[in-house]
Amino acid sequence: MFRRLNKGPERLLTIFVDGAPTSARPGDSVAAAMLASGRIGCRTTAVSGAVRGPFCLMGVCFECLVTIEGVASLQACMIPVREGMRIETKCGNRTFGT
Amino acid sequence: MIIAAGELHDEYDVAVIGAGPAGLAASAFCARAGLKCVLFDDQTGPGGQIYRSITSSPLSRHCVLGKDYWRGETIVRDALASDAHYVAGASVWGLLSSNAVAVSVSGITRQIRAARIIIATGAMERPFPIQGWTLPGVMTCGAAQILLKSSALVPEGPTVLAGCGPLLWLLAWQYLNVGVRIDAILDTTAQRNWHRLFRHAVAFATSSYMTEGLRLMYQVRRAVRVVTGIVELGAEGGERVESVLWRTRRGRFERLPCNTLLLHQGVVPNVNLAMSARVEHRWSDTQLCWVPNVDDFGSTTAPAIAVAGDGAGIAGAGAAVACGQIAAIAAIRALTNKASHKDEERNARRMLHRYQRGRTFLDLLYQPAPHFRLPRGETIVCRCEDVTARQVIETTLLGCPGPNQIKAFLRCGMGPCQGRFCGLTITELMAETRGSSCAEVGYFHLRPPAKPIALSEFAGLRSDEAAMKAVVRE
Repeated sequence: MFRRLNKGPERLLTIFVDGAPTSARPGDSVAAAMLASGRIGCRTTAVSGAVRGPFCLMGVCFECLVTIEGVASLQACMIPVREGMRIETKCGNRTFGT
Repeated sequence: MIIAAGELHDEYDVAVIGAGPAGLAASAFCARAGLKCVLFDDQTGPGGQIYRSITSSPLSRHCVLGKDYWRGETIVRDALASDAHYVAGASVWGLLSSNAVAVSVSGITRQIRAARIIIATGAMERPFPIQGWTLPGVMTCGAAQILLKSSALVPEGPTVLAGCGPLLWLLAWQYLNVGVRIDAILDTTAQRNWHRLFRHAVAFATSSYMTEGLRLMYQVRRAVRVVTGIVELGAEGGERVESVLWRTRRGRFERLPCNTLLLHQGVVPNVNLAMSARVEHRWSDTQLCWVPNVDDFGSTTAPAIAVAGDGAGIAGAGAAVACGQIAAIAAIRALTNKASHKDEERNARRMLHRYQRGRTFLDLLYQPAPHFRLPRGETIVCRCEDVTARQVIETTLLGCPGPNQIKAFLRCGMGPCQGRFCGLTITELMAETRGSSCAEVGYFHLRPPAKPIALSEFAGLRSDEAAMKAVVRE
């Protein structure tokens, strides 16, 4: 679990993680905002289905892959949050079609 | 100056990849000398990992991160104030033929040309393959420090740091500065490393690293429970980490509940881009990783490509600045055909020498122990494809000669991280199993794209008639 050091009167914005409104600080990456809200799992692996979460936070490990605004397999640690952003977790194995 | 991708020119004198200390210094130097320079970086702001978020960090109190961090402000300011074009969020995925640089920004790939290329892609965390290292809640110390620098986020609840190396102690010190409770530090530094250090002790004792390092460690040791001589380490849990289990040299087992486990056993060069550009690499027996073959100016075996900073071998931020400047001087001389900037070169070399002093001591002291580099049994080696140590060892015993063949058998190294977090382990594990050296076993053949990109980005590339004929049949 992670907490914010600064609990000042700064403006927060809202993103939606699997539909749930989640507050984020402007300047957060999607991964940081998810960790701050207590979500440490981002996806399930394509092979065993095990839950994985952010590991390196610098764009190297590709563990934090999520779907953002309908675009799949994006690195949550590399993308800054925007107001109203929609994020889906649980990538699992990609499928054709649906 | 910061520019948008749409403002990129088609041609530059110098393209620098990576806006950490080496890349920032190199691009500022080139621009000051009147060269047309572009600086690409895949993060949202300049600074690299060491000066991560330096222009936007919510931590304004200078005493939290330490003065070494804030030293980056001048380096970033100089680069941004220069005429070099800096593009953020720009992922360079290929250094292609005829000096073309393929760069992806917001899902669109552009190609520019540059007469000289300086790769400054820096370092990444060394893999730390222990049982349970894939559980959510287990992260690298580097990751935790990024959360601190960029979002002022710190762990809450039982927190354990495990491993070895300067970054682990620095992070612990930074956490103490902001009142974060650390339940334990599990020090995996191999005791036998101390015996090999006498030769390098004088250089270290007279280096800038010693006083600073000792002060940090003293303060941390006073405040946190430190367990030394760890020889076995594992994380346990269901859908997330719940506890950490370890055994010490004396044979004592212990288990501690935790919901954040931060691992670190040093950093290694991030070689993917350089390797995919056919830059020749060699195995370093001191740093236990691949490093590019470079000359005194950072020039590589690939024409017009130099590597500067930690990407050419770990030496830290100060040395990276010096190497960036030296690579810039080489580029300027090559493009102007003049032996210019002799004073600047002398100064940069003096600075490099100062920062290199004491590094061998640190390299040897914090060389991770074999049992933390050579996993066994069901410990996952390749995180992307869930490949275990047992599978790698058994497949090697079948006669599989090297990483490129084992990739075909097990898919290790074929996931989205492109071998970044399993490559070193695969090389070392195969070398050990075969009884040969890492240099003999070799590494994955890396090819562009050095970062996964959408097929539509390839399709959207401008192409000539020959390229069209290669894929379209009518």
